[in-house]
Amino acid sequence: MHIKTETASRHTLAVMVDNEPGILARIAGLFTARGYNIESLTVSDVTADHAVSRITIVTSASAETMEQILAQLDRLIPVHSVTDLTALGPHVERELALVKVAGTGDHRIEALRLADVYRARVVDATTTSFVFEVTGGREKIDTFITLMREVGLIEVARTGIVAMARGKNAA
Amino acid sequence: MNAEQSGADILVEALCDLGVEIVFGYPGGAVLPIYDAIFRSGRIKHILVRHEQAATHAAEGYARSTGKPGVVLVTSGPGATNAVTGITDALMDPIPMVVITGQVPTALIGTDAFQEADTVGITRHCSKHNYLVKDPASLGPVLHEAFHIATSGRPGPVVVDIPKDVQVATARYTKPGPIKHKTYRPQIKADPSLIEQAVDMLAAAERPIFYTGGGIINSGPAASQLLRELARITGAPVTSTLMGLGAYPASGDAWLGMLGMHGTYEANMAMNKADLIVCLGARFDDRVTGRLDAFSPLSRKIHIDIDRSSVNKNVRVDLPIIADVGHALEDMVRVYKARRHPKPDLAEWWSRINEWRAKGSLDFTDTKTEIMPQRAIRALWEATHKRAPIVSTEVGQHQMWAAQHFGFEGPNKWLTSGGLGTMGYGLPAAIGAQLGNPNALCIDVAGEASIQMNIQELATATQYRLPVKVFILNNQYMGMVRQWQELTYSSRYSESYSDALPDFVKLAEAYGWKGIRIETMDQLEDGIAAMLAHDGPVMVDCMVSQLTNCFPMIPSGAAHTDMILQAEEVSGEMDDEAKALV
Repeated sequence: MHIKTETASRHTLAVMVDNEPGILARIAGLFTARGYNIESLTVSDVTADHAVSRITIVTSASAETMEQILAQLDRLIPVHSVTDLTALGPHVERELALVKVAGTGDHRIEALRLADVYRARVVDATTTSFVFEVTGGREKIDTFITLMREVGLIEVARTGIVAMARGKNAA
Repeated sequence: MNAEQSGADILVEALCDLGVEIVFGYPGGAVLPIYDAIFRSGRIKHILVRHEQAATHAAEGYARSTGKPGVVLVTSGPGATNAVTGITDALMDPIPMVVITGQVPTALIGTDAFQEADTVGITRHCSKHNYLVKDPASLGPVLHEAFHIATSGRPGPVVVDIPKDVQVATARYTKPGPIKHKTYRPQIKADPSLIEQAVDMLAAAERPIFYTGGGIINSGPAASQLLRELARITGAPVTSTLMGLGAYPASGDAWLGMLGMHGTYEANMAMNKADLIVCLGARFDDRVTGRLDAFSPLSRKIHIDIDRSSVNKNVRVDLPIIADVGHALEDMVRVYKARRHPKPDLAEWWSRINEWRAKGSLDFTDTKTEIMPQRAIRALWEATHKRAPIVSTEVGQHQMWAAQHFGFEGPNKWLTSGGLGTMGYGLPAAIGAQLGNPNALCIDVAGEASIQMNIQELATATQYRLPVKVFILNNQYMGMVRQWQELTYSSRYSESYSDALPDFVKLAEAYGWKGIRIETMDQLEDGIAAMLAHDGPVMVDCMVSQLTNCFPMIPSGAAHTDMILQAEEVSGEMDDEAKALV
């Protein structure tokens, strides 16, 4: 028999939740329990009293599944609001990555030159390695890492996407 | 200012404030302070079950038959994990329930302490919401909030896990005012313009049908009355899901019977040929829709549901309305009357329905040698319907025969595990219903396999002198499993035959019940009469035709138009896709 697959598109969601123990497990567990996809998930409290956390989720789903994801998230008791930033229109997405590169001679020079092009900052250096900090959209970071692979990539740490709608509206 | 009290005393006082009269539970080390507080207060009746799963089902039976939330109290670890099946059951069939679990002291959480289980983690996905209370001062507010969440919106189970040290520590309890939750605000009233659209669609439809579900029962008795009124003024036929039985009376003019996998031919054909489906508090479950791409292809669809995530989940609808179905029905009746719509002329539609009905899809033939299970259910109905009994079931063929052949006239009379399909539900549910309705006749229609899943609860009924009746349709098979093995696995009866059944009459007697065996047709009526005449719990072991199957049936993965009406129509083996859907 054939398992049906639907054409999926990528969506970035902003989910405001009570900052309480277990909330991340609740959200992530909802995705796994219902077979939804998580590409990236970031979370941190964002209010002065630390009462509310903002979770940014990047997911791929068909339009029908997307409607379910939003409804299911909204149904969780500690969820204040769920916004599909992709559906809302233009929005800003950023990610931060730490990229460790090792090498000597020309490789070091090439690494620094490329880092300059991608506005990556050197946050650690030894005689044989660099750690670069790079921020930007996902594609930019993907490309930077690909280039560094040829130069001498050792290790990558990425934060996952944080995102915000453009203009004066919140979420 | 109130004096300080222990967490356990706060809990009991909050329960009393919330109007709780009965708690179903089982004690253990981690809840002893609460049990002591219950003992000292003398204000709450505690029912000692024999297994924590039964406590949850008893609470469900109590809730479903009274409309009040069911309350469960169990110890930590194995007590809490035993309750998980019932919690899941209550989530699927939305039943308002609050489950209080004990937990090891806060200092021991995470150390693999004796009888420690991560109850909040385990129940996160099978409860509507859950809490771990770490401070006695928050116990009161958490409990009030838990009841609010359990009973409002789409009802469901809420778990409150309380470490033993929190039960012992002291704090002040003040009764909170009305709950205004900061994020949880279910939408009760429908958008008026959507109601108007729905009414206009209904008035203009040539082949309308009401597809009703358990949401109407959950909304309260008024919703059932409003459904009857709306059906009367529109003249449209009514069908229902398994969970919705009784919202519209089985003797009503517009009644088509249940729809879905074991629904009537007329109900399923009417769903398939309708030009308008008005779905009221149901959720297009796969047991109702059959093959999705062939589900009611000609109709426009209105869906009224309090749970937004149930809308457009399985079937795309043309007009979604998020509201409590009772409120929406009230609005629809009012707007329909205000617009002075004439009663639609549905004569042609009804004549087609009557042709389908003439097939007699629930007909069966009695034999002289064996009791047909359908006949047993009808005999039970004949003997009891004037008393408007509360009927619970286990899960399987007997459940479907009860749904098909026992006519329900009102809401809150039918208790069954629909969504999760939990064997072992019926006996504890009947016990819960009997406690909530002391004067009612409460009957568990059971199968010989299902009843054994929580048979230890015979003792609970004995202890509290509950006159519940268990009516077993005994065919020595897990009948529904065997039926599917016939349909899909060329009658290879892998493990569906029971070779070592207990003597149910002796078993009943061992627990202090009356036991009755019915073996032949001429014993059927007398046996039922003897069951009803006995002023105490009775278990009837009714031996029925062993190989009779439950029809009509839509095979898994088939369309409503592909119903099997009788056993002779069964042929061949299903393909893999259909097998996977079983």
